[in-house]
Amino acid sequence: MANYSTSEFKSGLKIMLDGDPYAIVDNEFVKPGKGQAFNRVKVRNLKTGRVIDRTFKSGDSVEAADVHETDMQFLYSDGSFWHFMDPSSYEQYQADAAAMADAAKWLKGEEICRVTLYNGSPLAVEAPNTVELAITETDPGVRGDTSGGGNKPATLETGAVVRVPLFVNEGEVSKVNTRTAEYLSRA
Amino acid sequence: MAGDSNWRPAASLEALRGRARLLQGLRAWMDAEGFLEIEAPLLSRAGSPELHLDSLHVPRAFPDGAPGWLGTSPEFHLKRLLAAGAGSIYSVSRVFRAAEAGRLHNPEFTLVEWYRVEGTYAQLMSDIEGLLSHLLPSRLLAAAPERITYREAFLRHAGLDPFTVATAELQRHCGTGGESDRDTLLDRIAGFEVYPNLGRGRVSLVNDFPASQASLARIRRGEPDLAERVEAIVDGVELVNGFVELVDADEQRRRFEADIAVRREQGRDCPELDERFLAALEAGLPDCAGAAMGFDRVAMLALGVTSLAEVQAFPQDRA
Repeated sequence: MANYSTSEFKSGLKIMLDGDPYAIVDNEFVKPGKGQAFNRVKVRNLKTGRVIDRTFKSGDSVEAADVHETDMQFLYSDGSFWHFMDPSSYEQYQADAAAMADAAKWLKGEEICRVTLYNGSPLAVEAPNTVELAITETDPGVRGDTSGGGNKPATLETGAVVRVPLFVNEGEVSKVNTRTAEYLSRA
Repeated sequence: MAGDSNWRPAASLEALRGRARLLQGLRAWMDAEGFLEIEAPLLSRAGSPELHLDSLHVPRAFPDGAPGWLGTSPEFHLKRLLAAGAGSIYSVSRVFRAAEAGRLHNPEFTLVEWYRVEGTYAQLMSDIEGLLSHLLPSRLLAAAPERITYREAFLRHAGLDPFTVATAELQRHCGTGGESDRDTLLDRIAGFEVYPNLGRGRVSLVNDFPASQASLARIRRGEPDLAERVEAIVDGVELVNGFVELVDADEQRRRFEADIAVRREQGRDCPELDERFLAALEAGLPDCAGAAMGFDRVAMLALGVTSLAEVQAFPQDRA
């Protein structure tokens, strides 16, 4: 892989540190008077999500991480792996539970997801911002209550549980924000 | 096709008016203190080999085909004027520092540099305090200026004595085993721990630097040797660097040659040794004290903003 010099640092750049891929979140140039210049970066570990600080002497270089993001279609899960297809190459990829993390609970099939590939394998998967899923289980609706005053738990067809308004019934399709796990509307 | 919205200035027009007023205030102070304004060349045939400041190389800059350098300060030209008997002088000019960019850095900025003939160490510090309190609003300077030695500043804000601490302890402190150069480790602690905590509500003048960080300052012999060098910090931002100036031509040549050797070893660009400057020192530089102030940073603090881009019409990304 290529190397990046500190002068190329900017947020979003993917670099290797201690054998793990990281994304630069923030880059600060610090130079005392006539002294040595430094770049202090906040970096996010792309495997664990943990954010740490690292300081480099300006002019140092660091190995680039072979990380890129592609939109892929979710095909199916076999219980251990989630299978995706790159719609431009038809190439298939399998993501493990660690890569899926929270995304798994929003997917039933055919959704287009943002997949982060590291050395050619899925490292992280982002569900679409919103999904439309049927409610498989919730307490009976309260007829006429459309004020949105109260809410109740509802289980979706993928197994995810969200809070929905009281007037929403089993069998209805809901639009849900996957980032906040919030009910948006009836679909 | 959409136009490039970066044609507009980065700073607000109001900030640019504020900056112009500060420049007028600066010139009024210099005039009242008896400094003569000088315009030195930006483009030089030689330049400074200082290790941590890179000039910009300009190929075929001169009519004879010789390359030139856009320099990091007007220091050598101003000192040649001092040696020629100009008396106390100052300049306000753009200077260049290759590849420096960030919230507090731009590869080109305005440097105010002044020299007081027969200026002492104490006079240097009171000049810096006087100028900064003239330029900065009282909200930033509620308390009286503080003069604090480099050693004391490190003891107070990093909990170590920079002159006696073991190198291994500095490495532990920085969490890095790979760096063995003491000054690099000290620079890192200064930049991240010490300076950010200085100048809170006042001017802090850090003085008595390690002799290894003397740059062009005179060294006072003692245990340890100390550089008569001052840095002024307000609100955690370094604004001024000043020296009781080194007037010994042989010592100056030795320091240049040491820096040039390191640059060559690192395979870095290196301006020619400035023989005209050294000749001026040999002819005799009067005893003097001088300082350089980053005008853009002063404007940034005075106008209550947090980045240089907010007081520069066209910072590097729109220049």
